[in-house]
Amino acid sequence: MADLTTPRSFQEIILRLQAYWAEKGCAIMQPYDMEVGAGTFHPATTLRSLGTRPWSAAYVQPSRRPTDGRYGDSPNRWQHYYQFQVIIKPSPPDLQEIYLGSLRAIGIDMDLHDIRFVEDDWESPTLGAWGLGWEVWCDGMEVSQFTYFQQVGGHDCHPVSGELTYGLERLAMYVLDCDDGNDMPFNDPDATIPLTYGDVFREAEAQYARWNFDVADTDVLLQHFQDAEAECARILEQPADDPKTGRHIIMALPAYDQAIKASHVFNLLDARGVISVTERQAYIGRVRALTKMCADAFVQTDAGGATAR
Amino acid sequence: MPDLLLELFSEEIPARMQRKAADDLKRLVTDGLVEAGLTYASAGAFATPRRLVLTVEDLTEASPTTTEERRGPKVGAPDKAMEGFLRGAGVAREDLEEREDKKGRFYYARITTEGRPAAAIIAEMVPQVIRNFPWTKSMRWGSGSLRWVRPLHSILCLLNRDDGAEVVKFEVDGIPSGNTTEGHRFMAPGRFSVTSFEDYTAKLKRAFVVLSDEDRAEAIWHDATTMAFAAGLEVVDDKGLLAEVAGLVEWPVVLMGEIGADFLDLPAEVLQTSMREHQKFFSVRNPATGRIERFITVANRDTADQGATIIAGNAKVLSARLADAKFFWDNDLRIARDGMGDWRESLKSVTFERRLGSQSERVERIAALAREIAPMVGADPTAAETAARIAKADLSSEMVFEFPELQGIMGKYYALEAGLDAEIAAVAEEHYAPLGPTDDVPTAPLSVAVALADKLDLLTGFWAIDEKPTGSKDPFALRRAALGVIRIVLDGDHRIQLEAAISGALVPHQERIETDDTFAPYDDAIQALYDHGRDDDADALTQSVAENLPSWHDPERNAWNAGKALNLLSFFHDRLKVHLRAENIRHDVIDAALAKPPTDDLTLIVARARALQAFLDTPEGENLIQGYRRAANILTQAEEKDGVEYRYGADVKFAETDEERALFKALEAANTAIAPALKAEDFAAAMSQMAHLRGPIDAFFEAVQVNADNDIIRRNRLNLLHQITETCGAVADLTRLEG
Repeated sequence: MADLTTPRSFQEIILRLQAYWAEKGCAIMQPYDMEVGAGTFHPATTLRSLGTRPWSAAYVQPSRRPTDGRYGDSPNRWQHYYQFQVIIKPSPPDLQEIYLGSLRAIGIDMDLHDIRFVEDDWESPTLGAWGLGWEVWCDGMEVSQFTYFQQVGGHDCHPVSGELTYGLERLAMYVLDCDDGNDMPFNDPDATIPLTYGDVFREAEAQYARWNFDVADTDVLLQHFQDAEAECARILEQPADDPKTGRHIIMALPAYDQAIKASHVFNLLDARGVISVTERQAYIGRVRALTKMCADAFVQTDAGGATAR
Repeated sequence: MPDLLLELFSEEIPARMQRKAADDLKRLVTDGLVEAGLTYASAGAFATPRRLVLTVEDLTEASPTTTEERRGPKVGAPDKAMEGFLRGAGVAREDLEEREDKKGRFYYARITTEGRPAAAIIAEMVPQVIRNFPWTKSMRWGSGSLRWVRPLHSILCLLNRDDGAEVVKFEVDGIPSGNTTEGHRFMAPGRFSVTSFEDYTAKLKRAFVVLSDEDRAEAIWHDATTMAFAAGLEVVDDKGLLAEVAGLVEWPVVLMGEIGADFLDLPAEVLQTSMREHQKFFSVRNPATGRIERFITVANRDTADQGATIIAGNAKVLSARLADAKFFWDNDLRIARDGMGDWRESLKSVTFERRLGSQSERVERIAALAREIAPMVGADPTAAETAARIAKADLSSEMVFEFPELQGIMGKYYALEAGLDAEIAAVAEEHYAPLGPTDDVPTAPLSVAVALADKLDLLTGFWAIDEKPTGSKDPFALRRAALGVIRIVLDGDHRIQLEAAISGALVPHQERIETDDTFAPYDDAIQALYDHGRDDDADALTQSVAENLPSWHDPERNAWNAGKALNLLSFFHDRLKVHLRAENIRHDVIDAALAKPPTDDLTLIVARARALQAFLDTPEGENLIQGYRRAANILTQAEEKDGVEYRYGADVKFAETDEERALFKALEAANTAIAPALKAEDFAAAMSQMAHLRGPIDAFFEAVQVNADNDIIRRNRLNLLHQITETCGAVADLTRLEG
């Protein structure tokens, strides 16, 4: 399987990772259709890491970090970027070896490079989650995060999920030997219409950076935050028995969408610079309270392992 | 006798935990062996990123068989009692022995505990050690319940003797013990078996693993310094980094690379911090220029291209990192050269502490305070105020946001860029000092003034809102701040009236929190006032607090201020005692010095305490104290009995004996000599004058009966005793001494 040829484009790296993890048995999912700060927010990771049901998925997740915007001028920072996420529950005993195979699959020759597992304890205050693991370094560069989830949404993970996150732009720049990410080939450089990463995203970066930093209406955003918060709670307050169908339906996922929304609005407010240091903690606490409620609800559902118990 | 070899093989153990984990493994297993009755000659523990290893040499084959005698019930005791005893002792009735003693006839059981083979003891104990291992942070993985620092993969456990090795069989959470392990993850994949510790280390080495962390660190340092030396350069010493890097590799390979020319002009501290924090690189310096010109990284493997790919990759990552640092530096320089106004402005929106206001307000308070303190430490007040205003400007800079540990250091660079004098710029860096108990203290007068102001504002602020250190909790590092004040003052022999300085520093906090609806608790202030005999103030404060908080008037305000100041001052006294303990100055000696006003001049207090301690360490000193105590005791008893104080009017004309007259004369001579010594604050000279009194005092007590029948003579002698205590107590209050 190991394909030691070097990939030629950003998309080829994504395709190879998908093919590799598909071969390892993961369900290749598509990105979640909401604005998130990282691939972990996808319910396929947060919620599916809860409960006892086995799970195995991999997907690309477009992610947004408004404060990282540089108007498309930075060689390695964008407010919109991609993560490749793998989540397997329970974590297989040879996960490290399988992971190293994925690096081989995208053309990293282990005989020439120096791969290291450097302690990095992961914690997401907004998700009420933490885990232990490493940053994986290739020649001093962080190419992935490797985490064994211990707690999510305030719940102990049992069994434990193994989570891998690849920062795709940085990894691709390394593999493709590009100093400026904007110059990185997005599709095949020999294609009839070759496109670089900058061709695809530079314009968007400038537009979003301006909106994120200076134009977004903070009053509207503050209202959005409160609305999402209220809707999340309202959804979960509904009785589990649906009066129309007579079925038992706990709406953890729609509620979680509202938590995701609140989290992203908070990031936007942060980028607008209207959140003080002390308020910051309070906002994070409010988002955490939402994700925790959603986690509490999810473990009551079938997918959350309620019946499998 | 057999040797034990134990290896716990796991996924990568965080570097900072490896040494302690190896030591813990050694301690727990060897304690367990000894507790079970085994002995051994020596033990050693090792750690690599993927394994903890223990070797124990010359272990006894088995624990000894032991017998113990246990007394049971009286002969004829009820069956119930007998059954219980037999069950507990694990013996049969016919095995019991009857014996008579003073209390009657009893059953006795002989309980024999058979010795157990070492293997059985190990097989039982090691799994317990693994399950209860004291990791500071541990985790579960997969579907299992075992906790380890990272997933545990295999356990090697051998007892080897001259005639071969035996696997000590046990299982922990599905992981069976065995005789195999793995070498380097990439350079020698696959498992192999071993027969002894020697065999193990030799095979590991062949499989590209250096077992000993010390050996790895030594090899790294040797190769790094040699490589730098060959290039005419030197490695910047960093023991912490060396230990960490040695814990990240099993097969260290030292590689040196270049720093891009664009970045060589960054301040050395920025290069070092960025390289160490982000990349775990050593800095390589040109000794001639002091510039950091190259980096050293430690890879975990050999490669066919002699590390060329690895160095190129690392250099590229470093360039990206340094490009960020340079971006911050360039942005910061623009603001610095513009006078740093933007930063000082933005400190207004940074909260220092909710009740104590913004960083900007804090800076203003420090500036005002520095101006007050400046003349006391030989600094120019205006320059001190200016320096304090810019000392924390860098907290708003991009570089310090990225690398908080560079606060102050960047401030100095930026202040220079802003065109400020070097002495003023230096304050930005030096006013934080001392950070640790062994750090150098600032000595430049401007830095001293601002450092003291910084710390006094911090202390009085948290005293005002009643957030003091308790037990092990000191989140705002207030003990460190107080110790910093003490060390700066003592180091520079500065004369500062601390109580007045504290009182003044409290005022702005007081004004700020007075408008707060949660006026800071005042119990500590009231208590301090009572402790210092200021009952009226304490009563007034208590009453007004009860009646009309928070609209206070000047008398209560002053009482609150005085009480808080006294409370903080006694915190300083406590810290002073801790600090002087290192000098072997007893706490009661310090109490004796503190009993002489002024109690807030640290330099004076310590001068008294040092003189007294030095005096007590001489035979004369110890004897004089005896004489002093004798005089004080007789005097106190007489005063209690008579209900009067004997203070004045000892007159030599009522003296009856030569010894009495000699004492008068000696006291007069001592007083004459002590007065100028005290005036010159030469307490050692004053105490040596007191030493001359030892002979006359001893002779006096030898020859004279103080409580004479003649009342005039008795009174005169008691007044004379008072003179002794007065003269001897001139430097410190000797009644405070213990023993």
